[in-house]
Amino acid sequence: MNKVLLIIQREYFTRVRKKSFLIMIFVVPSLIFVMSAVIALVAKNSGQLSTPQVVKVLDESGVFTGKFHDVKNIHFETTKQSLNAVKQEAKNDENLSALQIPANYKTKDAVQIYAKKKPEFALSGEIERQMNTIAVSDGMLKHHIDTAVLRSIKSNISLNPIEVTDTGDKKANVGAAVGVGIACAILIYISLFIYGAQVMRGVIEEKTSRIIEVIISSVKPFQLMLGKIIGVGLVGLTQFAAWIILSYIATKVAGAAFSAPQGGVMGFLAILKTIPFGHIMGIFIFYFLTGYLLYSALFAAVGSAVDSETETQQFMFPITLPLLFTYILSVSILFQAPNSPLAVWLSIIPFTAPVAMMVRIPFGVPGWQLALSMSLMVVGFVFTTYVAARIYRVGILMYGKKASYKELAKWFFYKE
Amino acid sequence: MLSIRNIVKQYAGHTALSGVSLEVERGQIFGLLGPNGAGKTSLIRIVNQITAPDSGEVYFNGEKLNQSHIERIGYLPEERGLYKKMEIGEQMIYLARLKGLSRDEAIKRLKVWFEKLGMQTWWKLKIEELSKGMQQKAQFVATVLHEPDLIILDEPFSGFDPVNAEVIKDEILELNRKGATILFSTHRMESVEQLCDAIALLDRSKKILDGKIKDIKNSYRNNVYLIEYSGDKIDIDGSQPFHLLDEIGSADNCYTVRIKLNENITSNDVLKYMIPKVSINMLQEVIPSMNEIFIEQVNKIA
Repeated sequence: MNKVLLIIQREYFTRVRKKSFLIMIFVVPSLIFVMSAVIALVAKNSGQLSTPQVVKVLDESGVFTGKFHDVKNIHFETTKQSLNAVKQEAKNDENLSALQIPANYKTKDAVQIYAKKKPEFALSGEIERQMNTIAVSDGMLKHHIDTAVLRSIKSNISLNPIEVTDTGDKKANVGAAVGVGIACAILIYISLFIYGAQVMRGVIEEKTSRIIEVIISSVKPFQLMLGKIIGVGLVGLTQFAAWIILSYIATKVAGAAFSAPQGGVMGFLAILKTIPFGHIMGIFIFYFLTGYLLYSALFAAVGSAVDSETETQQFMFPITLPLLFTYILSVSILFQAPNSPLAVWLSIIPFTAPVAMMVRIPFGVPGWQLALSMSLMVVGFVFTTYVAARIYRVGILMYGKKASYKELAKWFFYKE
Repeated sequence: MLSIRNIVKQYAGHTALSGVSLEVERGQIFGLLGPNGAGKTSLIRIVNQITAPDSGEVYFNGEKLNQSHIERIGYLPEERGLYKKMEIGEQMIYLARLKGLSRDEAIKRLKVWFEKLGMQTWWKLKIEELSKGMQQKAQFVATVLHEPDLIILDEPFSGFDPVNAEVIKDEILELNRKGATILFSTHRMESVEQLCDAIALLDRSKKILDGKIKDIKNSYRNNVYLIEYSGDKIDIDGSQPFHLLDEIGSADNCYTVRIKLNENITSNDVLKYMIPKVSINMLQEVIPSMNEIFIEQVNKIA
């Protein structure tokens, strides 16, 4: 057992000390930092204007005169000046714009705004909104509809989904759940490949550099395989832990630095907070670990059967097929029907469960399904490790023999 | 020290070893000879517990071979290899620890070896930065660092330049003097006669010859002598106590011939016959070299 620890240590530290590992640790949180900074900035800018703006209104229709009301940083001013005079003013003052409303204002693009620079969305949006309201009220008045009554019966409907659970009702947001579920599925899918391939490359490296014979004159092939798998797995966990911690800090810092008001985008961030990340993270770690153990053992067996990475293709395809299949289904169909029989089965079969279950988790999965899936994952990885180890112990000593599936089956049945 | 009893190992399609038995005594340098594909590496892998035999047993110091013996065996495989991207020092320590050495002890011994073989500056280098010969040297150190009782070397001299081969040979002899038993395989005979105390010859999965070199050679004495004399040429016609095998050379009344003695005749009898007739320059018994025995044995079976 002591020797397995030694192997784990070596596998872990040679990878963690690599520059590429350090770079990866910092690149991902930096991206998240930049992203949250951008979100915060957008949120800030979409909510309000940075400088006070004056809008001079030349109302030829007479409908809008005096009906604009000032909002933060936007001051409306009805004027009788000529268009040219106001345009001249706008040319000299970039915080001033001229709004020309012709009599036929209802025609498309008839209303024009003149400014030194293209007006910001916050400004033009506000003007459009106010004008629409005024025009509608005006139209209603003309048709003798009492706007006061109308206002009182006007509705503003938006769905507020509540999940009914044993512990009481709680607010839920379907959109965010889908996002998180798919993000987790993608992360698992990618990381199973990345770390599985690292195990495979490690095995091929030992085989082609021929150090394998020296090592397995000291330890059993199974110990070496196990040590390698665990070592690389720990590298993966380290990476995730570093990302989570650094990303948490990054979003906090970015959020604070560009302190944004509540509203549109920040509302989305607030919704994210309603998702039970602790629960999801726990399940994510479980499926990453068991899924990784399951697949990396197979990857190790493939690595042992070939002489170079280019020969891995024929074996990689059937191994990656269930993952790829589930992944494609997940991002297209599964999240729309997380409790369909297909989704349930995919999340229970060990080869597809790590990806499929992550999609389903945010929607809530019955306890018995989760328990069944998790126990099958454990059975699954014990099984693949057993099969892989039997192929591995023979494969690592075979050189120059092109391995076929028949050959692998033969290896499996070899005695020691 | 090492007792190999009736080992059988079959791979799909062919037999690598069919009932091979060997005895290696403590302190011996034992040569495992045979043409390529004879089963040498298969046998060595079994002793190293890399593979297990289909039947038969191996005893190490009287105990059935088991995992605890791993730390007392050092193995240099035929195909050398180390982690290319790992620093030499770290790598040596790692390999030594896998053989049960503590980190401190490994470092202490490494320093001694590195100094001895002029490798002090290599500590921080990566294997890929070394030449082939240097890599071999490093691998040799890794093989013997844990001071094994039994050192198994598969084709130890292949890949070394003559100078380094000599260095390694001296190190092997010194380790042997200090008490290590050495088992090495080779298909090159030159090194065998100078180094080995005993050998076993494998061919096509079977042991066809084994024993101490001295004994083997004695058993291959077949009363053949080389004689060089001056004077009149002796016409060998069957009346002599020996008969002619071949004439090697003749120049200036000096003749060299290879003869085989008749039964119950000694070299003294030959001299008695010759001395009255000619003057003898040289009389030498022809003992086949290991190389000749090797080729003869292999061909005999074929």
